[in-house]
Amino acid sequence: MLLIHCPYCEMDRPELEFRYGGEAHIARPADPMATSDETWAEHLYFRSNPRGLHAERWRHISGCGRFFNCLRDTVSDRIVTTYKAGEARPEIDRGAA
Amino acid sequence: MSEHFRLSGATGRAVRFVFDGVTYQGREGDTLASALLANGVHLIGRSYKYHRPRGMLTAGAEEPNALVAVERGRGRMTPNLRATQIELYDGLVATSQNRWPSLAFDVGVINDVAGKFYSAGFYYKTFMGPKFAGTALWTRVFEPIVRYAAGLGARPTDPDPDRYAQFYAHCDVLVCGAGPAGLAAALAAARSGKDVILCDEQSEPGGSLLHETTATIDGRPARVWAEEGLAELKAAANVRVMARTQAFGWYAQNFVALSERVADHLAELPRGARERLWQVRAKRVVIATGAIERPIVFPGNDRPGVMLAEAGRIYLNRFGVKVGSRVVVVTAHDSAYRVALDLAAAGVTVAAIADVRSMPLRARMQEAEAAGIRVISSATVTGTKGRRRVSGVGIAQVGGDVVGGTDWIACDCLLMSGGWTPSVHLYSQSRGKVVWHEDRQMFLPGASVQDERSAGACRGSFTLEAALSEGDRAGAEAAGIETARPSFAITGEAGTEGGVLGRLPRRPGAKGKAFVDFQNDVKADDIELAVQEGMRSIEHVKRYTTTGMATDQGKTSNLNALAIAAGKLGRSIPQVGLTTFRQPYTPVTFGAFAGANRGDLFDPVRQTPIHSWAEENGAAFEDVGLWKRAWYFPKPGEDMHRAVLRECRQTRATAGIFDASTLGKIEVVGPDAAVFMEKLYTNPWAKLEPGRCRYGLMLNEAGFVMDDGVIARMADDRFHVTTTTGGAPRVLHHMEDYLQTEFPDLRVWLTSTTEQWAVIAVQGPKAREIVAPLVAGFDISKEAMPHMSIREGTVCGVPARVMRVSFTGELGFEINVPADHGRAVWEAVWAEGRKVDAVAYGTEAMHVMRAEKGYIIVGQETDGTVTPADLGLNWAVGKAKKDFVGKRSLVRPDMIVDGRKQLVGLLTEDPAIVLEEGAQITATAAPAAGTRALGHVTSSYASPALGRSIALAMVAGGRDRSGERLYVPMPGGAIAVTIVDPVFVDPKGERLDV
Repeated sequence: MLLIHCPYCEMDRPELEFRYGGEAHIARPADPMATSDETWAEHLYFRSNPRGLHAERWRHISGCGRFFNCLRDTVSDRIVTTYKAGEARPEIDRGAA
Repeated sequence: MSEHFRLSGATGRAVRFVFDGVTYQGREGDTLASALLANGVHLIGRSYKYHRPRGMLTAGAEEPNALVAVERGRGRMTPNLRATQIELYDGLVATSQNRWPSLAFDVGVINDVAGKFYSAGFYYKTFMGPKFAGTALWTRVFEPIVRYAAGLGARPTDPDPDRYAQFYAHCDVLVCGAGPAGLAAALAAARSGKDVILCDEQSEPGGSLLHETTATIDGRPARVWAEEGLAELKAAANVRVMARTQAFGWYAQNFVALSERVADHLAELPRGARERLWQVRAKRVVIATGAIERPIVFPGNDRPGVMLAEAGRIYLNRFGVKVGSRVVVVTAHDSAYRVALDLAAAGVTVAAIADVRSMPLRARMQEAEAAGIRVISSATVTGTKGRRRVSGVGIAQVGGDVVGGTDWIACDCLLMSGGWTPSVHLYSQSRGKVVWHEDRQMFLPGASVQDERSAGACRGSFTLEAALSEGDRAGAEAAGIETARPSFAITGEAGTEGGVLGRLPRRPGAKGKAFVDFQNDVKADDIELAVQEGMRSIEHVKRYTTTGMATDQGKTSNLNALAIAAGKLGRSIPQVGLTTFRQPYTPVTFGAFAGANRGDLFDPVRQTPIHSWAEENGAAFEDVGLWKRAWYFPKPGEDMHRAVLRECRQTRATAGIFDASTLGKIEVVGPDAAVFMEKLYTNPWAKLEPGRCRYGLMLNEAGFVMDDGVIARMADDRFHVTTTTGGAPRVLHHMEDYLQTEFPDLRVWLTSTTEQWAVIAVQGPKAREIVAPLVAGFDISKEAMPHMSIREGTVCGVPARVMRVSFTGELGFEINVPADHGRAVWEAVWAEGRKVDAVAYGTEAMHVMRAEKGYIIVGQETDGTVTPADLGLNWAVGKAKKDFVGKRSLVRPDMIVDGRKQLVGLLTEDPAIVLEEGAQITATAAPAAGTRALGHVTSSYASPALGRSIALAMVAGGRDRSGERLYVPMPGGAIAVTIVDPVFVDPKGERLDV
């Protein structure tokens, strides 16, 4: 079980309190109706699925209820950092994890 | 029989136990294995496939052969326990497994004779074979026999009466294994004051020091050193010493799972838990899990009496048991010489040490010869004799590639040592990559991935001095101590060099089964055959032969299997690969994992405030998610069908009262509440006046229907949202997701109120008569309170929100009152209802009546691929809205294509036939194989209102097929149906307008 740092509670809490929320930084287009079918399909269905550092969303659903973002290494399962929703992805060397 | 093989002068209280119906005597402190050996019993089981007689191979957790069942009363039968780990207590009852009718005479031994049919890939070749598979002869005759004959112990049939506890623990340093390295590590860490947990799988911590009688540490006998260290650890307040505790699994971030056996060794079961599952989060972990001795692969290496060499020493020095009276030692490793010397000193005849090495260490040979033991070098084993116990071993000498003549040596025990395999399991589970050391012929831990250090034999350091210093340093490092470390003065240590992998040299064409994996009965020949048949990777060899796939996960066999495969392939061991070490290290009971989560505690049960009334009034309940919902209210003598018929008819005749409290409810509040609702639901909300309700439809971003429900606007900034019973948490999560991450500027707050409101639905032409006398503060007349409106006031003096809504097609009210008042208000409503002969109805009648009206249920008519248009619900989609979640997807090409499945009604030609929900629909009565169905039945009932069956279905292009005749093919023949409008009752909605 992972120990995840909630950036709002500022505490390490067990994975059981959290729910995974898919890839982070996928912004919903401001005007979806103005997008092409291809762009919209890309937005809906296509994700980066990297080997290595992955920016992803988690929600502290059984805690403060807030969504936040997390950089996790998909190979080692190591969480490199977590940060609040809306903040930019931290500049961390993709090889560092 | 009474302990003929026990050393004289053995202390320990005598205890009696039963094995296979025979009573024996053993000693307190014995394992079942040591006690049986004390009585000269080696035969303890039959092997998995060939039913060959088998005895104890080891003295520990790695035991592949000696699996037994222990029974201690009803529900307390545990199969597949290792006799080498079962602690003896007075009255222990154990039985052997996998034999019929008895251990000594076993019919299944025919498998041994017929062995050629059980070669590598047997399961794939036979079970998948075209000739046999699926035929009656196979499924009824052969398969049951094979499955019965090849197997492990039987499962218990009674519920387990024991309790299992689960704990979380946190510590600075966790030390796994309490042998010399682990003890030294724990002592070093403990002296720093850090929180330390030291766990060991055995009844007594100490590991190899427990049977070390020759070596000294800092001038004290090794065992005394261990006892003193343990005493210090047990006395320290910052240390928890856990015996009988297996660290069985390593998970992310130094999360290590331990299984503690609390009760199994006690004659009297304690009142507490039988086992404890510990989930430990450790800042640092010291892995000190030791090494496992390897068997040698030669023909007949599996007979009872053939054991690992060190096991012979453990039984002798720790349990005072001689494993035989005339022993031959076959070894490739120096440590077995000490075994021979100890046995000889105890009066056991050691007929010979056959060393497979051409040049055994001079000093070792001299020690042996000084004790009068003959040493044969360059030895190989050509075979063994004896049926239920080894009686002789054939030794030959190897010169170059030539195997010489066999010299048969009589013995009643054959001890073997192929060397030692470091236990890298936990390290590997921590995602560390083991590294092959060609010079030492072993896999050892590489770089650390997590905060752990391996110390001692598990990282290939076999000398006592190395184990102690490495342990000490690892413990100090884990505790953050940087001072210089002490050294340890050692004398009298056993040898630590040598080893062999794979099968011993043999004459060309030599026969005899040479076992690699004892538990799964995999022979050296099987592995070579697998390679010959094209398996290249060890992962394929493993699955084809099943080597290493038994409950012992190949602890004694994996390296030999790998070496044989590599030899046959002519490749190096790392090229062939190493199979994954998986949790758990040894089997863990289901009880430990389940803990308290069983029976009533397995899943929480949700009950409405009106549940007790339904129970008192004879309701049958159905599970809806975690909820218990009243399903129907049968009168005496009524079955479900009759009860539902009555409930529906009476509701439409006068009124019915229904507990709708399980409906999900979310309060959406804030200055931007309407803007938010516009985004999350397809419908327009901006212009909905306070006091009015609207049917809301929620889509996911892909445009598919995800939930629906009636939504009331309480005020400009407040909505009372209802969701489906099962959808409430999902909808709230979805709302929070968009609110927090896509529209964070909106000033909106979301609160789940599902459990705060009890909801009483009153439906039927007399509904207003029932509700009116209870209401205060507002007018519920037709004019004052139209369909789809909401009013706040009191009901029975309790603050209430009353909606005029309908899920039956009849005049209806839904009374929301605070949950605590739910039952009282329900009873008042019921009392009014009785005056007009109203019924209480359950979820089944609710389903029937809504289907008669063509109202959908999300999750029944929909399956995650259905759009509003498919359901004929385009009227609920706000055309003028610029955006809402899912809107863009509704115009994707696939969503507007012709021929999508659409909601329709179905009428069977025979009105008595009620279709099966989920049944497929086709254009012809007997479609050709491979024909795609046009759609499927989603809801189907006997309709009391129509006096015939009705169904809802999703059918391709369904709305254009009105009147068309289609078919529902069923095993008894196709059923003809006609497509109709999905609204069967009151299509104009006149009954609502009263």
